Amino acid sequence: MTTKTKQLMYGTHAAGEAAIQAGCTCYFGYPITPQNELPEYMSRRLPEVGGIFIQAESELASINMVLGASVAGARAMTSSSSPGISLKQEGISFMAGMELPAVIVNIMRGGPGLGNIAPAQSDYFQATRGGGHGDYRTPVLAPASVQELADLTFLAFDLADQYRNPVLILGDGMLGQLMEPVVIPVRKKNEALPEKDYILTGAKDRPARLVKSLILDVKEMEDHNWKLHRKYQRIEQNETRWESYRMEDAEMAVIAYGTAARIARGAINRLRKEDENVRIGLIRPITLWPFPAKALRDAVKKTGDFFVFELSAGQMVEDVRLALEGRGKIHFYGRPGGVVPTPAELARSMARHYYQSKRSRKK
Amino acid sequence: MKKVYSRPKSLRNVSMHYCPGCGHSIIHRLIAELLDEMNLQDQAICVPPAGCAVLAYNYIDIDMVEAPHGRATAVATGVKRVRPDNLVFSYQGDGDLAAIGTAEALHAANRGEHITVIFVNNAVYGMTGGQMAPTSLIGQKTTTSPHGRTVANEGPPIRVCELMAQLGGPSYLERVSVSSPAGVRKTKAAIKKAFEYQIKKSGFSLVEILSPCPTNWKMDAMASCAWIDEVMAKEFPLGVIKEVQC
Ligand SMILES: Cc1ncc(C[n+]2csc(CCOP(=O)(O)OP(=O)(O)O)c2C)c(N)n1
Repeated sequence: MTTKTKQLMYGTHAAGEAAIQAGCTCYFGYPITPQNELPEYMSRRLPEVGGIFIQAESELASINMVLGASVAGARAMTSSSSPGISLKQEGISFMAGMELPAVIVNIMRGGPGLGNIAPAQSDYFQATRGGGHGDYRTPVLAPASVQELADLTFLAFDLADQYRNPVLILGDGMLGQLMEPVVIPVRKKNEALPEKDYILTGAKDRPARLVKSLILDVKEMEDHNWKLHRKYQRIEQNETRWESYRMEDAEMAVIAYGTAARIARGAINRLRKEDENVRIGLIRPITLWPFPAKALRDAVKKTGDFFVFELSAGQMVEDVRLALEGRGKIHFYGRPGGVVPTPAELARSMARHYYQSKRSRKK
Repeated sequence: MKKVYSRPKSLRNVSMHYCPGCGHSIIHRLIAELLDEMNLQDQAICVPPAGCAVLAYNYIDIDMVEAPHGRATAVATGVKRVRPDNLVFSYQGDGDLAAIGTAEALHAANRGEHITVIFVNNAVYGMTGGQMAPTSLIGQKTTTSPHGRTVANEGPPIRVCELMAQLGGPSYLERVSVSSPAGVRKTKAAIKKAFEYQIKKSGFSLVEILSPCPTNWKMDAMASCAWIDEVMAKEFPLGVIKEVQC
C-alpha cells in the first residue's frame, strides 16, 4: 500500500489504513452492518504489518480486548455500529476512569433497537454525553468526507495518547460506504506525546503498577473525578474544531455535521445559485464534544437565524440551544430513521424558512 | 535454626480484608509463592475480577489491571497478544467467569489463548452478599435462592472444566480444592503446571479451585472445608479434566 498518493477508497478502508499509518497495531471487533468493511480490511492489513486482529465473540469482548491491549502499551481500536456501540459503553466508561487511550469508530445506523442499516445520526446524545455510566467525557470527531475520516482517525490516536482518554469517531453508513479520492496521512513520530509511564510490562526494576477504576474512598473518588474534569476542560480549550462555509455574508447559519453537513452544503450552493440575494452559510462542528459553542456565540452577533439539520429527531439542536443561551432564533429540520434527504429536498425546507424569516426581518 | 516458612516476596506485608476461613487468602499466597519460586514476579501481569478478589492488587505485588465484571479473559487476551513474553493470568470468581463472563471465558479458551485462569469456585457471589451463583448446588440456600436452588427454576450447577473440555482450544484444565493441607499442596502444583503451560506457549490453562466461603455459607471454617469435601466435590469432581501434552 503506497501512501501520500491519491487513491480511491471506501470510508471504512480509509479509516483502517489511516489507523495503521497512525501506528495502530491492534484491532478487535464484531461484525455489524454498515461497518463490516473496516474489520474485513483490518483482518487483511494488520497481519501484513505485524499487527493483531481478532474477531471477538461480542462487542463486550472486543472493547475489553482493546482495554487489555491499551494497558499493555499498544495503540488499539475497535469499531461497530449503533447497537454494538451500546454494548461497548461499560468498557469505554472503564477506560475513561482508568485513563486509557483507545479509538472507537461508530458508523451509525437508524435506531432505536435493531433499527435498520441506513445512515443516521441518532447516537449523538450517547456519544457526546459520555455514553456509559459515570461522570466522564470522550472527544467525539465527526468527519464529513472520506479524506476527513482518514485525517481524523489519524488524529484520534494522538488525542487518545495525549489525554489518555478514549476518543470516538462518529460517522454514519453513508460515510462508511462512500468511495472518494483520499490521501492517507503518513506517520511521523509525534514527539509532543507524553511517555506511557503507566503501561504494564511486568514489574522489572520498578515498583508494580496498577491500573484500575475502583476507588472505594469517596474523597479520593471525588478528587479523581475533579482531575478528570480538569482534563476535559483542557480538551474543551484546546481541541474544539469546526469549519465555517460561506458565513462571511450569512443572514442564516445552517448547523450540521458529518453527512448532514455535506447535504447542507449542496443545498446552500443550490439556493445561492438560484437566487444571488440568498445569504445562507454553514457552521459545521468537527468535534461534537467539545462542541464549538463559541463559534455559534460569535455567529449570533451577525446572524440571529439558525437552521439546525440532523439525521435524527433532534439531538445536537440541544447543544445549539445551550450554546446560544436564548439568543437567536433556532429552527430544526430532522430526518430520523435512516432517511437521507437530497440537497434539493433540504434546500426546499431551508428556503421556506429563510424567506419567511427574511420577510419577518423586513417587517 | 533454619527458617522453613516466611512471607513470600511477592506478597505484600499487609493484612488482608478477607473473612476468616476464606479461601482467597490461601490462593493468593500460593500464587505469590509460585511467582517467587518460578522467578516470575517481574514479568507477571494479573487481571483481577469484580468480586471479593478485586483487591488482589493490594496483596500480590505485581502489575495488575482491573477488568469489568466478567471480562477478565478478554482483557487478558488483549494484554497477552501485545506482550506474549509476559506471564498473564486472570483471577476470577464463579459469578465472574461462569455467569456474566461465560462467553469471554469459553472463547478465550477456545482460541487457545496462552493465558492462565485461576478460577475460584465458592458456590456463591461472595462480594455482593451471598447470592446464588451458577455453581451453587441443588438445594443450596443463598440470599436469592432462600428455599434452595432447584433444577426447575435455576437449572443445575455449571461444571466449567467439563464444559471447557468439550472445546478444542484448552490445553490444561484441572479442578482442585483448598479444603485440606493436601488439597492446598495439590492446588499449588496445579497452578504451577498451568503457569508452565503458559511459559511454554502451550495454550490455555485453567485451574478451578473449590474454595470455602464460611461467611456466606453460614458455617464455621472447619464445617466449610468438610462441606467442600463431602458435598461440593461430589458435584465438582477433583482431578485433571483435560491435559494436552505440552
Ligand atoms: C456489570 C456488573 N454487574 C454486577 C456487578 C456486581 N458484582 C460485583 S462482584 C459480583 C459477583 C461476585 O461473585 P463471584 O464472581 O462468584 O466472586 P466472589 O466474590 O464470590 O469471589 C457481582 C454480581 C458488577 N460489579 N458489575
